[in-house]
Amino acid sequence: MPYILSLVTFLPLLGALAIFVARLASRSQDAAAPAARWIALGVTLAVLAVSVVLVAGFDPANTGYQFVEFAPWFAGASYHLGVDGVSILFVLLTAFLMPICILASWKSIETRVVEYMIAFLVLETLVIGVFTSLDLFLFYIFFEGTLVPMFLIIGIWGGQNRIYAAYKFFLYTLLGSVLMLLAMLWMAHTAGTTSIPELKRFAFDPAVQPILWLAFFASFAVKMPMWPVHTWLPDAHVQAPTAGSVILAGILLKLGGYGFILFNVPMFPMASEMFRPLVFTLSVIAIVYTSLVAWRQTDIKKLIAYSSVAHMGFVTLGIFSGNDQGMQGAVFQMISHGLISGALFLCVGVVYDRMHTREIAFYGGLTNRMPWFAAIFLMFTMANVGLPGTSGFIGEVLTMTGAYRASTWAALIAASGVIFSAVYALTLYRAVMFGEITNPKLQTITDIDKRELLLFVPLIVGTLWLGVYPGAVLDYTGPAVEALTNAYRVAIGG
Amino acid sequence: MTLQTLVILGVFAPLLGAAIAGFFGRRIGNVPSQAVTTGLLFFSCAVAWTVFGQWTWGHLEPFTLRLLPFINVGDFQSAWSIRIDALSATMLIVVTSVSSLVHLYSWGYMAEDDSKPRFFAYLSLFTFMMLALVTAADFMQIFFGWEGVGLASYLLIGFWFKKPTASAAAIKAFVVNRVGDFGFVLGIMTIFWMYGTIEFAELFPMIGERAGTTWEFLGVQWSALDLAGFLLFIGAMGKSAQFFLHTWLPDAMEGPTPVSALIHAATMVTAGVYMVCLLSPIYEHAPGAAQIIAIIGAITALFAATVGLTQNDIKRVIAYSTCSQLGYMFFAAGVGAYQAAMFHLFTHAFFKALLFLGAGSVIHGMHHEQDMRRMGGLWKLLPVTYAVMTIGTIAITGLGIPGVGGFAGFYSKDSIIESAFASAASGHSAVGMFAFFVGIIAAGLTAYYSWRLVFMTFHNKPVWKEEGAHHADDHATDAQLETHSEPLPDADGHAVAHAAHDDHAHDDHAHHGPLHPHESPWVMLVPLLALSVGAVAAGFVFAPFFIGHHEHEFWRGAIFVGTHNHVLHESHDVPTWVKWSPLILTLIGTAFAYWIYVAREGMGRRMAERDGVVYRFLYNKWYFDELYDFVFVRGFRAIGNFFWKVGDVKIIDGLGPNGAAWASLKSAARLAKIQSGYVYHYAFVMLLGVAGLLTFAILAWGA
Repeated sequence: MPYILSLVTFLPLLGALAIFVARLASRSQDAAAPAARWIALGVTLAVLAVSVVLVAGFDPANTGYQFVEFAPWFAGASYHLGVDGVSILFVLLTAFLMPICILASWKSIETRVVEYMIAFLVLETLVIGVFTSLDLFLFYIFFEGTLVPMFLIIGIWGGQNRIYAAYKFFLYTLLGSVLMLLAMLWMAHTAGTTSIPELKRFAFDPAVQPILWLAFFASFAVKMPMWPVHTWLPDAHVQAPTAGSVILAGILLKLGGYGFILFNVPMFPMASEMFRPLVFTLSVIAIVYTSLVAWRQTDIKKLIAYSSVAHMGFVTLGIFSGNDQGMQGAVFQMISHGLISGALFLCVGVVYDRMHTREIAFYGGLTNRMPWFAAIFLMFTMANVGLPGTSGFIGEVLTMTGAYRASTWAALIAASGVIFSAVYALTLYRAVMFGEITNPKLQTITDIDKRELLLFVPLIVGTLWLGVYPGAVLDYTGPAVEALTNAYRVAIGG
Repeated sequence: MTLQTLVILGVFAPLLGAAIAGFFGRRIGNVPSQAVTTGLLFFSCAVAWTVFGQWTWGHLEPFTLRLLPFINVGDFQSAWSIRIDALSATMLIVVTSVSSLVHLYSWGYMAEDDSKPRFFAYLSLFTFMMLALVTAADFMQIFFGWEGVGLASYLLIGFWFKKPTASAAAIKAFVVNRVGDFGFVLGIMTIFWMYGTIEFAELFPMIGERAGTTWEFLGVQWSALDLAGFLLFIGAMGKSAQFFLHTWLPDAMEGPTPVSALIHAATMVTAGVYMVCLLSPIYEHAPGAAQIIAIIGAITALFAATVGLTQNDIKRVIAYSTCSQLGYMFFAAGVGAYQAAMFHLFTHAFFKALLFLGAGSVIHGMHHEQDMRRMGGLWKLLPVTYAVMTIGTIAITGLGIPGVGGFAGFYSKDSIIESAFASAASGHSAVGMFAFFVGIIAAGLTAYYSWRLVFMTFHNKPVWKEEGAHHADDHATDAQLETHSEPLPDADGHAVAHAAHDDHAHDDHAHHGPLHPHESPWVMLVPLLALSVGAVAAGFVFAPFFIGHHEHEFWRGAIFVGTHNHVLHESHDVPTWVKWSPLILTLIGTAFAYWIYVAREGMGRRMAERDGVVYRFLYNKWYFDELYDFVFVRGFRAIGNFFWKVGDVKIIDGLGPNGAAWASLKSAARLAKIQSGYVYHYAFVMLLGVAGLLTFAILAWGA
């Protein structure tokens, strides 16, 4: 199927256009809202269908880029798309989470529904664009473009303190990427091409590699986020609406990890090897530090946000371990975290929609009135602490194994993270779910309804399926990652 | 149907039961949920005995069924499998026999509970995880089962989730086990990078290759296999509640009593012993790690027995007893007598499950009273329970006459003690001698606390009859009891009010009136009687296979014994005084218990009231909970607060986004306009800006 990548990338944008037209055709904001919702749901489901077709037609054994589209653009840049065994999974993850986000916003978003749905569809195009671009500048436009709709989602539909959070998010991520842009310009100039596959083959001067590496690192480390540039994330999550948090944790954080895999490791292998101690140090600090901070939180969403930072620590450990186990574990951990953290934020959304507070102390004893919710929240709590049988385990064990090869210290400290994650996650679960109901406002709280159950079912299935049969992901990442690590070993002369 | 198919069905039957009761329990009702789970468990049990029978008396060869690939990355290869050999066949019957009887027993014990389907679902889920653990053919599946039983344990300890003490104990169990798992995963990784495989069948033949070599870990060169063996053993310490990581097990008694019998006595807590025996190829080449196992095991056996002497909660006494018996199993394995360790695991499962379920029957009959000081004289009212508890006590104390025979514990415990001596005598080490002396001393202590339990509960004058008159005084006792039980502090650092132990969901706190203890229904007594048969006969029937003449044919290579290891063989030829010493100490312990609690009735209470230093030290469990709470819970809480309020807020945000430049920007009035529609313009301008910059840059560089 020719142009399938263009289709999957720009279909959401067409949907946004359709909503815009629908708004023009109706008398008022409110009148257009139902149409906006249904169009958004239909389009995101269509994108999901297309991406399933895409995956079905993908040959995992082939390590090159597939479904490649190429057209010269301007000034040497080109419209160049393609996917490999890693990026195709992120396309699928995005397409998978988007309909869930739309459904999650079905009732909780009541103001400016048209704009909201447009923002989400535009965001989907931009994110998928990041994963499909094979041109330096195309990548940059998509990558930076994602800031705009996300900024709006937090800034318009967010909570009390949304302005501060939106700007914190925006400034942090934008400042990081200025350096990346400069590095890209230098690379395009030096290598004489903006094609990412060609740049991967281009041997950059080992003396310059550290500078370029740091420039990209500045951008991606903020995005992950890595310690100590993580403090924008808890604020952004707390203020964002539920679906915004799902997308932020589920997909936008992965742009950083994807960037490391696309640029830092293959293009600057010497620098990656050189900076490994730095990355490892920051990663293990993130795992222990943010886990302990998470434990002390009084706001449910903040706690889960900090836990995300800790989980991303495993990703960076894996990526820079330089071996198959670590790298594949990192990709797996990102996919898995997309499902689990998405589900956890939806869980927060369930109680927030009912009680309009995220204070842990407000809750307690919810199991008495919400047995189904209790079961679902428990399952994702366990997935979050990396219980075997859930996808959370696979990523953690593989990244730690990879890290062990490079540094036993890193593996040891990372492994202690599995203790701390159990502490904060189970403490939260106990405070919210166990005990008697003592807050009179909770006496009438209702269990999840059918629509909410529908949101969780795909995430439950995905989390368990990947936990029991991780081959579903590893079969795709395997050949691509192997090619990458082989090239890496050759480049560093090991 | 082939045996292979049968085995697959047997392993997955409990999972099916758990799914049916868990998802549809409310719809199909209590009795169908109970019937389905229990029925499927008895089916599993039948399959397990078929396998075990064919293994022991037939000509079954070991086999491994690979069902589905699990994690495959490079050499990191694992598969969902079912491995059948002597070790797993033994564990299969232990797990399914106790589990099916506990399912049955729970029909009666949980009769008043209003979430029965959930309870039976958890029990079956636990059983499935345990079966996955024991049939694993590689480290990933064993770890899956390992943490899976931990999950089930967490769910069942916290089953009465309304009780703060129960949910606190559940977290404690999970977290302490995670400390063990932390070592376990590091051990797995070490093995993987040493040998390039995590599959047992591939790994074990290669083990010897690394013997005597070193391995770098944390910048230090270690003896390779000692390091790997030690890290893996940390996992076993957590799961099997060994010294340092034992604190969760007594608290786990917050769970319903059938759970204590199944998980926290007979099966899950023995997983660590099973793992060490399974990994005998490693430990036979890792003398240093093996010695550590023997030392930790011996210390645990002694430590837990001393604490057991003073406890008043009937379940906690048995919990410490379990902890102590697990210590025996470990030091047996540590000195090289893996067969004896497995045999004790096997016999212990029967008599310890019996003791727990018997205690449950007492608690049930006493309307959820667990304090032995409020019991007494129950033998007349609970005659069957009394009889089976006596059988269980004889079995655990290892009563028997050397050369003639005795109850189950006699064969296995004496074999362990004699092995320890044999390893010392054959010049093995001082560790063996230490373990031997600990073994006989702990045997005396075991007899004391076990009989103390029987005497306080079933003999003497019935304290509960006077309960009404002494009600006012009771509160003092209650308060004392509460301060001595260790509540895990909650998230905010306040100690959780320790609800009285009889504060069940379905129990009214007001019934301090007349109490009418009663014998339990038949559905509870039948499992007790069945286990009694095991407690009596498991020893003399199976001793020849596990540790006797047929030992070699029975194990058929499932346990690896090095060429220099003749411990088990030599344990049969130890001097006569060694063979008689456990019996003598057991009799002394029994006599003391009889003297203090029956002959001089009231002496035990007076001793406790004197509240001497030794008594207080033992009663407070060597102050481990206080120490851990102070060092770890408070310590990490303070660090967490520091990282958050100083690290994140003051330093990172203070220097970064909340610094001077940002603050001025934030205060600027124009920022407020984001709310009034300017945001679109702003966003548009920004996008144009980015695009413009890009275009300009590209053209300027002429790329």
